Amino acid sequence: MTRSNGNSVEVENLVKRFGDFTAVDRISFQTRTGEVFGFLGPNGSGKSTTIRILCGLLRPTSGRAIVAGYDVVQSPELIRRNIGYMSQKFSLYADLTVFENLRFYAGMYGVPAAELRGRIDWALEMAGLRGRESNLTGTLAGGWKQRLALGCAVLHRPPIVFLDEPTSGVDPLSRRLFWELIQRMSGDGVTIFVTTHYMDEAEYCNRLALMNGGKLIALGTPTELKLGSIQGWLLLLECDRLGEAIERLRRFDGVRDVAVFGNALHLVVSDAAAAPAIRAALEADAISVTSLQPIRPSLEDAFVALTTGRGANCPSELPS
Amino acid sequence: MIERLRQILVKEFIHLFRDKHARFSLIVPPLLQMLIFGYAATYEVNRVSTAVLDFDHSPESREFLERFSASSRFQVRYILQNESQITSLLDHRRVVLVLQIQPGFAELLRKGRTAPVQAVLDGTDSNTALIAAGYINQIATRFAQDYQLQLADRLRPALMTFAPRIELQERPWYNANLEGRWFFVPGVIGTVLLVTVITLTAFAVVREREIGTLEQLMVTPISPAELIVGKTLPFLLVGLATVIITAIAGTLWFQVPFRGNVFVLLLGTTLFLSSALGVGLLISTICWTQQQSFSLAFFYVTPAIMLSGFGYPIASMPHALQLITYLDPLRFYLVVLRGTFIKGVGLGVLWPQMLAMTLLGSGALTLATLRFHKTLD
Ligand SMILES: Nc1ncnc2c1ncn2[C@@H]1O[C@H](COP(=O)(O)OP(=O)(O)OP(=O)(O)O)[C@@H](O)[C@H]1O
Ligand SMILES: [Mg+2]
Repeated sequence: MTRSNGNSVEVENLVKRFGDFTAVDRISFQTRTGEVFGFLGPNGSGKSTTIRILCGLLRPTSGRAIVAGYDVVQSPELIRRNIGYMSQKFSLYADLTVFENLRFYAGMYGVPAAELRGRIDWALEMAGLRGRESNLTGTLAGGWKQRLALGCAVLHRPPIVFLDEPTSGVDPLSRRLFWELIQRMSGDGVTIFVTTHYMDEAEYCNRLALMNGGKLIALGTPTELKLGSIQGWLLLLECDRLGEAIERLRRFDGVRDVAVFGNALHLVVSDAAAAPAIRAALEADAISVTSLQPIRPSLEDAFVALTTGRGANCPSELPS
Repeated sequence: MIERLRQILVKEFIHLFRDKHARFSLIVPPLLQMLIFGYAATYEVNRVSTAVLDFDHSPESREFLERFSASSRFQVRYILQNESQITSLLDHRRVVLVLQIQPGFAELLRKGRTAPVQAVLDGTDSNTALIAAGYINQIATRFAQDYQLQLADRLRPALMTFAPRIELQERPWYNANLEGRWFFVPGVIGTVLLVTVITLTAFAVVREREIGTLEQLMVTPISPAELIVGKTLPFLLVGLATVIITAIAGTLWFQVPFRGNVFVLLLGTTLFLSSALGVGLLISTICWTQQQSFSLAFFYVTPAIMLSGFGYPIASMPHALQLITYLDPLRFYLVVLRGTFIKGVGLGVLWPQMLAMTLLGSGALTLATLRFHKTLD
């Protein structure tokens, strides 16, 4: 109804407290129709809580949230007809067959009898489970379960889908297949609201919101976040004796941050021209440097910089 | 609406019957409990293990003790020689009763004086001891009466025509042979039903909460009423089936009569089940894990059985406790069960119980519905 402005979710100063603990702290954002909106943040940062409020499962302490044009407090029942939701611990009924699970959720969502067969076929196709309709769900491998769960959650073709860590615990190939499904749905104009811990998945999102300690600390496209989060230059350092190198670099003027990445180090420096001086300083301490070069910050760098606050002043909303 | 209800019922029945273990646990435990209670739960006391210690060695003392050997209530297993043996026998639970006759027993009797007999009872099981004491009293009284008559007969035969006696003619109605089983078997149906239905209902909801499907269900357009009906109706049907199966087993195997109307029993069962389902649902609204719901169900079921009159008569309870029993649906259901099985009475007699169960059932279900939100907080 009020979707004329092109936003499927609008959140304004949303707060959720459990006792005197604030799980969601005055967050505001909008998602646009048809986009893949990623929700990132460390454990306990309030991602699931926000999603549950948007699905009408938790009542907000204060603030406003509009989903599909309806207010979450006033008309949760109308919202339920317009959304699909896969909770973080989504689980299907293990003792029901693939078909029975789909049939059950179709019934719950009131899929009309005339469309029933078609929708179930579509979901089977999507999950790659055609021919396995009568397998017990409990016997399926993780990736299939996940796709079947998505199928169950979107049988009624909702315009907005909330996915809370849908790919946790499945193999990389299944994750890729799953994300292909997400992209396809988004291409059909469905708004996807997804939380994840995987940086590679975050790269697939049109826009990302970064949560930390209940607060929304950054919002933008992956590129904007990467560029905006790091002030200065990012250098990749490969050397031996990492421990001592870190010690030395922490004391080096002009190195703002040092973080371990695999068996290399990422340095944030104010000026890329400092590289030769850094190399000299390390070699003076008998640390042999294999390589030291400027790199483009990854999303993980941005994530670390933003959540630890070490990336310095980052804008909470970037111009798009 | 109807479609949603149909789907949730289909799903619940699949949960109940697809799994071999689940099918087994619906039928076998109730029957097993019925068998165990049918054999074990009885107030009768038979073959009380007895030791005798006779210091008098007279024809009188021998005849007195013979009356115990002859009774099926007692089994004389030890003839003792001295008092020191008594403690050990009682300590090791070899005997429950020791009868001791002092020297001079016959002497006193012959003189027409009171002759003492000492009966030492193991009071650990106070119920058995009490009942055994009753039988001892009966046998001793009978012996004394007979002895008096014999004495009178020998001394003054003429008096015999006047000897006054009272004979009690026991006519227990409904259960002419006072069969303990007739009392317990219908009662077992009630307790088995209570345990089965409360745990099944509480588990059915809590299991879904635990594995996460309840949260998933809550975001569908299903209404709380649909969810509750869908979650309780299957167990109502299971409960009715349990009653029918255990009732058939009880009447065929234990020969307990069924004298009343089946429909009265089924009506009473339905009303009782509405309370049990309500309590089960209430438990599920409070608990987050199956473990919690199990302990809470146990916490409810034990006093509910104690206060129902299943084993201990309500009339003997302290007044305050008696008042609490009015909140116990099992209390009323037991009256319906025993009424329909043994007495063969109908609604004309049982309507107050039916009414009470209706009130308790609708109260429990209303409370459960009110607490059963479609939100997580
Ligand atoms: N019902 C509740 N009562 C009390 N505290 C809660 C409740 N639900 C969540 N919390 C707390 O709120 C905080 C945010 O939880 P939330 O589940 O939203 O985090 P999250 O970002 O989804 O984390 P994760 O990545 O681990 O899923 C956590 O500290 C959690 O313990
Ligand atoms: Mg979460």
